[in-house]
Amino acid sequence: MMETKDLVIIGGGSAGMAAAVSAYDHGVKDILILERGPFLGGILNQCIHNGFGLHEFNEELTGPEFLTRFVNQVVERKIPYKLNTFVSNISKDKVVTYSNSEEGYVEIKAKAIIMAAGCYERSAGAIGIPGDRPSGIITAGQAQLYMNEYGYMVGKRVFILGSGDIGLIMARRMSLEGAKVLGVAEIMPYSNGLNRNLVQCLQDFDIPLYLSHTVSKVVGKSHLERIEISQVDDKLQVIPGTVTSFEVDTLLLSIGLIPYNSLLDKMGLVPSRTRGASVNEHMETALDGVFSCGNVLHVHDLVDNVVVEAKVAGASAALYLQDKLPRHTEKITCEPGDGVGYIVPEEIDLANAEDQIPMKFRCRKPTHDVFIEYALNGEVIKSFYKQTIIPSEMEIDIIPKNLLKNNQGKLTVSLKPREVK
Amino acid sequence: MAYDLICIVCPNGCHLHVDDNFNVTGNRCPRGPVYAKQEVTNPTRVVTSTVKINSKVFRVLPVKTKVAVPKKNIFDVMNVIEKTVAKVPVHIGDVIVCNVAGTGVDLVATRDILE
Repeated sequence: MMETKDLVIIGGGSAGMAAAVSAYDHGVKDILILERGPFLGGILNQCIHNGFGLHEFNEELTGPEFLTRFVNQVVERKIPYKLNTFVSNISKDKVVTYSNSEEGYVEIKAKAIIMAAGCYERSAGAIGIPGDRPSGIITAGQAQLYMNEYGYMVGKRVFILGSGDIGLIMARRMSLEGAKVLGVAEIMPYSNGLNRNLVQCLQDFDIPLYLSHTVSKVVGKSHLERIEISQVDDKLQVIPGTVTSFEVDTLLLSIGLIPYNSLLDKMGLVPSRTRGASVNEHMETALDGVFSCGNVLHVHDLVDNVVVEAKVAGASAALYLQDKLPRHTEKITCEPGDGVGYIVPEEIDLANAEDQIPMKFRCRKPTHDVFIEYALNGEVIKSFYKQTIIPSEMEIDIIPKNLLKNNQGKLTVSLKPREVK
Repeated sequence: MAYDLICIVCPNGCHLHVDDNFNVTGNRCPRGPVYAKQEVTNPTRVVTSTVKINSKVFRVLPVKTKVAVPKKNIFDVMNVIEKTVAKVPVHIGDVIVCNVAGTGVDLVATRDILE
């Protein structure tokens, strides 16, 4: 007889723990968290810098401090979890297959599932950097793990490709530990990191940022010896004759994060524009009782926002288990319009929705002096003015339920420059 | 002496100019000049790093300065951090180095490492 759990949560990072605590507090007691790593906390274990928790705890914490508060909440509630445990399959009828060194290969039946497995880094292979294939090229997050958890220095002369926040934070981290960081190249004409990180991670250490530049050649027999960067044109193609060369032993890549979506296929779920699952306002996927939240759904820039989303997923799982989250055939579909990359949720079921519906999206490029317009079947129902909106900061707008009227049709979010109006 | 800096208070990222008399231009809101004056007269940062620890599980313990220290002292703090070895058991908030590098600020643990 297969063991049954009311709620199985895939991932014990900030999303998984916050979802577990929320589900528990809403009445679900039979919970199991499955975590691949050796500790609860996920990526926050290696994020030793501060700036977490301003919204959730009203103070600035480091990653380990933030995660410890959630671990304490999990432990206080005696919510069971398994570490070093890898989930390899979830079937359509919610049988979860996991394995670890103590139990071997195990299948359990879940009444509800929350997917909270986080995201992974785009690697060197994904962008095909021209030149040799020496050692010394690693992702920024991998370098962060080696330095901050394992205590190893990964290089002495460093260049960073991509201006994502992890890359910027590693530029500071390696500088503090005595490495020479020679520069950061960003293929886009604007930075993908927060201004705060540009100032406190690059300017503080006199590290140059090369916008509209990319690595055009890697040189090294067994270990990295040298890289070349070149300027790119507006089609992101390398402009010949613009080469600058740097002698480095390490190239860090901070070129994007992608939700861990390999389990979606096995459940027959199709990835959305975010490459995570497609969910409704209750964070429920197209499969009844399967929910998704955090970076496995869409990549967040603030863990505080992950926690808010995960609490919704946890509370929704509780509603589902109490038969209070019925499916209706009628629903509103949400789509990104002009200037918007994706939107979460992709569906709203008005019959179930709370009074205030949070809508989250990212713009495609930095835009100034702009209205964010929400239109239902072409009619503008809500508009927000913004001085500036940038891709590296997720936008969260609250749409009152009563503006949506009928439980059908299409809700589009678009960016409209002010001068047009 | 005049300064040019990017405001970090919000996503606008205004390019601020501070002149000899601490007049600030380029800001779109009143928070800009407050940030600029602090950043020009007394810039401070919280330093986060790791120190060695005699643990069976971990090689390093994450630490931070309890509050922000003057920016000019960042590498003085790092020099002390490099020489420091913590001893288990350690709890979050435990003082690892008192008055680190003469800044008047303590270096504290940011993780529990019990063994």
